[in-house]
Amino acid sequence: MRRALLALLYFLGAAVTMAFLALPLLAIFVHVSPGRLVDQLSNPVVTDALIVSLKTTLIAQALILLFGTPTAYLLASRRFPGRNACVTLVELPLVLPPAVAGIGLLAAFGRFGLLGSTLRLAGITLPFTQAAVTIAVAFVASPLYIRQAIAAFEAIDPDLVAASRTLGAGPARTFFRIVLPMARGGLAAGEALAFARGLGEFGATIMFAGSLEHVTQTLPLAIYAEFEVNFNVTLAISALLVLISAALLLSLKLTFLWQPSEQTSRSRFALSSWS
Amino acid sequence: MATLRADFTLPLRTFELELALEVDRTVALVGPSGAGKTSVLKAISGLAHPPRGRITLDGDVWLDSDRRLFRRPDERRVGLVFQEYALFPHLTVRQNVAYAGKERADEYLERFRIDHLADARPASLSGGERQRVALARALARGPGVILLDEPLSALDAHTKGTVRAELQELLRELALPVILVTHDFEDAAALADHVGVIVAGRLRQLAAPDELVDRPADAFVASFTGANLIRGKARRLDDDMTLIELETGELVYSTDRGEGDVGVVVYPWEVSIGRLRHEDSALNLIQGDIRSVAAVGNRVRVRVGPITAEVTALSAEKLELARGGTVFATFKATGTRLVPFV
Repeated sequence: MRRALLALLYFLGAAVTMAFLALPLLAIFVHVSPGRLVDQLSNPVVTDALIVSLKTTLIAQALILLFGTPTAYLLASRRFPGRNACVTLVELPLVLPPAVAGIGLLAAFGRFGLLGSTLRLAGITLPFTQAAVTIAVAFVASPLYIRQAIAAFEAIDPDLVAASRTLGAGPARTFFRIVLPMARGGLAAGEALAFARGLGEFGATIMFAGSLEHVTQTLPLAIYAEFEVNFNVTLAISALLVLISAALLLSLKLTFLWQPSEQTSRSRFALSSWS
Repeated sequence: MATLRADFTLPLRTFELELALEVDRTVALVGPSGAGKTSVLKAISGLAHPPRGRITLDGDVWLDSDRRLFRRPDERRVGLVFQEYALFPHLTVRQNVAYAGKERADEYLERFRIDHLADARPASLSGGERQRVALARALARGPGVILLDEPLSALDAHTKGTVRAELQELLRELALPVILVTHDFEDAAALADHVGVIVAGRLRQLAAPDELVDRPADAFVASFTGANLIRGKARRLDDDMTLIELETGELVYSTDRGEGDVGVVVYPWEVSIGRLRHEDSALNLIQGDIRSVAAVGNRVRVRVGPITAEVTALSAEKLELARGGTVFATFKATGTRLVPFV
């Protein structure tokens, strides 16, 4: 009897949680008919924001991969004084309120910021440009990639790297033929998380880059701007973002599902598998 | 025949590894775990960087601390086979071997009878197969030196015998300087021309296996070769004979010279076991109850008092050792060696 009651409580708890998480997502789609949503997507506000979002996010991701990968490998494979401080620094943007990140970026790269006069001399103005959006996205999203990449690199058996070296491969060949392929699952997972986080970036962007339509207005900023103008547009953008995020998560899970079983780095990630 | 010369010191966590070796055939380094054996292989392959020393293969200088010369692992012609083989899990068997040398990959796949596994991934191979892939890969590099880290420890007892025989033949064929590391004296004796015993980073003795058995330099070497080692107090009787009082009370004779605290070394296979007290040439006799009987292959190890004897399974049956009781263990004074006890 008591066991049945307990099972019922579990079931109720799970049902409430699921409903709570699903309802807002569902509401976006049922509030307006799908046809109206698709119509709204051709609204110039939406297409402009989509272009700004994709452009800045893609450039930011490229920068994150380019600089984050060697950083993560260094932090994963070397032990040096101050390493823990470095790891903490890399993770800090993760817990920082986005608005604070935006203020920090302004204080560093803004007109009156630390590097403001240097940048001005070089003829560069960052705030309220697409470059500023890219910087804000990179700043906020990079920890997600770097953290995951460190874990992926650390999971590689050091003997494999050593074996590669004794077999005649230099550091570069070892990295590209052994380390990178073995870490690719973890790197892809980190990259997908960083991409999703970057696409949804709001706080730091609005502080550092503003919300200028056609220039710095990304999809999340457009939602906020259109909120009081045309609610249907906000719904359309929201639906679009839900679909993109869901597609990202789905492809991520499928990547893990299809990973060869001997991949040693598999268990290191917090993502649960389908089974 | 090429010669590898290594003479270096390498600080490890709790002690300093200090080694001088000259290798032209197969040398086995044996010792307890943590003695620094694997670090020797790391230093020679370039995976560790000894601050002082010189390592050369004939005219090829790999390390010379005086000239601040250090060649990276990929610049040394070494074939290192890792204890767990370190096969690349994301590559097939062929890709693993070809990683070290494309031109000769197929030749080595054939030579090690793994060509039928060429497209398999390491995860699906048995222990013996993995080792063959690791050996093929190391040789595809065209190394001037072979380094084997515990080549038999990852195998089960059943596979081990076959693999050991194969490895023996391979090492003879290769005619390269080989250093292999093992914690098993029997494996070392089977595979190597010379065996070096390493304890806490120091080479205690380097000699042919039978010489290590005949003339162990110290108590540790003796116990490592599988000998009985009993502490005792020695007193010279005359030029040819020493009398030792064992710490367990028995008196034994040795033709070795010794005085004061010594270690008495007797090999189990030099001890005879009998139910009756025989008058024969063996001077040393220990009477006692059987404390344990253990089968080791086709032989049986019997513990009597402080000493272990090894007899054939047949005589163990004839003497009914399994039922216990009192027996006499006899061994010659000439087979009783004395070593300094450290």
